[in-house]
Amino acid sequence: MKHIVSCLVENKPGVLARISTLFAARGYNIDSLAVGETDDPTVSRMTIVVRGDEKILEQVEKQLNKLVDVIKVWEYSSVEHIERDLALLKVSADKKNRSEIIQIVDIFRADIVDVSHNTVTIQITGDEEKIKAFIDLVKPYGIKELVRTGVVAIARE
Amino acid sequence: MTLKTGAEIFIECLIKEKVEVLFGIPGGVVLPIFDKLYDSPIRFILTRHEQGAAHMADGYARSTGKVGVCIATSGPGATNLTTGLATAYMDSVPVVAFTGQVATNLIGNDAFQEADTTGITRPITKHNFLVKDVKDLSIVIHQAFYIAKTGRPGPVLIDIPVDVQRAKCEPIHPEKIELRSYRPTIKGHPVQIKKLADAINQSERPVLYVGGGVIISGAHNELLQLAEKAEIPVTVTLMAIGSFPPDSPLYLGMLGMHGMYWANMAMQNADLIIAVGSRFDDRCTGKLSSFAPKAKTIAHIDIDPTSISKNVPAQIPVVGDAKNILSELVKIVNKKKHTDWLKQIEKWKKEKPFGYKNDDKLRPQFIVDKVNEITKGTAIVATEVGQNQMWAAQFYKPKYPRHFISSGGLGTMGYGFPASIGAKIGNPDKTVIDIAGDGSFQMNIQELATAVVNKVGVIVCILNNSYLGMVRQWQQLFYNRRYSAVQLCTHAKRPDSCPAPDFVKVAQAYGAEGLRVEKKEQVVPALKKALKIKNKPVIIDFIVEEEENVFPMVPAGAALDEIITSLV
Repeated sequence: MKHIVSCLVENKPGVLARISTLFAARGYNIDSLAVGETDDPTVSRMTIVVRGDEKILEQVEKQLNKLVDVIKVWEYSSVEHIERDLALLKVSADKKNRSEIIQIVDIFRADIVDVSHNTVTIQITGDEEKIKAFIDLVKPYGIKELVRTGVVAIARE
Repeated sequence: MTLKTGAEIFIECLIKEKVEVLFGIPGGVVLPIFDKLYDSPIRFILTRHEQGAAHMADGYARSTGKVGVCIATSGPGATNLTTGLATAYMDSVPVVAFTGQVATNLIGNDAFQEADTTGITRPITKHNFLVKDVKDLSIVIHQAFYIAKTGRPGPVLIDIPVDVQRAKCEPIHPEKIELRSYRPTIKGHPVQIKKLADAINQSERPVLYVGGGVIISGAHNELLQLAEKAEIPVTVTLMAIGSFPPDSPLYLGMLGMHGMYWANMAMQNADLIIAVGSRFDDRCTGKLSSFAPKAKTIAHIDIDPTSISKNVPAQIPVVGDAKNILSELVKIVNKKKHTDWLKQIEKWKKEKPFGYKNDDKLRPQFIVDKVNEITKGTAIVATEVGQNQMWAAQFYKPKYPRHFISSGGLGTMGYGFPASIGAKIGNPDKTVIDIAGDGSFQMNIQELATAVVNKVGVIVCILNNSYLGMVRQWQQLFYNRRYSAVQLCTHAKRPDSCPAPDFVKVAQAYGAEGLRVEKKEQVVPALKKALKIKNKPVIIDFIVEEEENVFPMVPAGAALDEIITSLV
């Protein structure tokens, strides 16, 4: 079971290490981790995607809360929310198949952000399923490089 | 504006935090601090190893309830502290540790005696700080003391680079510490407390399962009131020995792996378990899947939410301070009798009584029994780890909290002796005894020098069986008596070996008093003699039966009621 956990933390050196140490020491698996400053520069927001049952999730939330530098922790499975992941893919493309790839990009409302003689670089945003479906479709053309930001999430009002 | 150096600010903060004594060893990058300590009013105890300093601070903290403080230099000084920090962390002991660090411009350059101290200690401290600017120093020190002693207490480490100790600023000493990210819950939720009171009122077979949290929060009086008002039997973990009057008819003693048969049976047959400041450690629960099968409800009072439902799901969780919650709970529970339940427990007590073979041989249990008898349970007893620790837990019955000091969570051999020194320094008017094994004692034996030089009169009772006894016991019971690497050859009278070491001579060489006891009738005179010697450590080398075992015993991975009470 996948869970998206968000936490507000003090924007200080060593905080990321505290959190990753905690996950490693307790044997929790992180799928992805995204960190950035919030509107308050003294506070950072981390979005952590973690796998495990309800018991593990409960411990993850409690253990995160226990860290002195963590201000607030919450989880999104019971809340209506929007989640986004961003991927950049460098895909092999020659004259023959470039237009095919562009069609797929259009269908997914992705963007081509760079083109060369034998590659296109695509930017796609969406939830994990959309990105996974897109990757599956372009895989046969040859993915030379793939980079993802990890999921970030926000609750609906 | 008066500018002060980091080292001066360090002293000023410690005085403001009412620190009376500091344990540690100097070194290159803490010289500015030691220069200021030279004419400060704070007592400094120079130890012989940094691990000793950390355990002394820990023993001081556990026995007094105050924060224990220790200091070491960078690199090896800091790494030597780590066992002591991990010990304090597992048992929730308020300790503040200071380490020197190489100058800020050298950090990360593999400088001489550089180690990533905050990185190394992150998983074994409640929190830690690296102070890179002298302007932060005073606030960080006050925050560290606040974090160490509030909520679920624990060790906090502050790493101070040498240039920060020399740099100057005007220190700020805030009136009150507030951290937006750290606000421990103290008051229990009234709805949860009411639920718990209802469960107690309806229960036929309740048990209070009490842990170290009761001692930390000073909730022993409230615990007694609750137990007596609702007539609930009380079993304690290793960490909670001393939290309940041992002569009370409601007292069941310690539970778990080496706990009392009837305490374990009470847990397995209770319909309501009320855990207070305990954490369902595997040494207490035995096999989790067969733990407390008849319990309809498990209630758990704890200040640390992560302890609740970690190992055993709690139907009634109450987060908060034990003293606060128990005092509310006492007010609303009904006065009640549980005559049938207590009768059943009495039956278990008669079914498999607890004791030891009281023949003419010198057995370790007899020695602890006599320590208890002579001191009437008023001495502070520290223990090492292993068989000596379990015998101390079973036979020493302290009358008060903070009188039984033992490394429970981490099980640190070598803990007891330095911890007893720290306890004696914090309680100079009390008798302090370390129940030791010949193995554990050798792990911090060098602190004999610290005790002699500082005139610390602790008594070390070595239950010398010439073995790493607990490991030998497991090898005997579960590895077909194949004694692999457990023989220590410390018996002075073994015809086939030279004693290594002769503890009496070691004591004398250090300037301590050394006594040897080989016969049962010598035990009481030796203890009485040791109690008369003041201002000097006394080592009593008790040459005990080599293959004595700790019983009862629940084998690892067995259920609490699958208990071995003896070999025959």
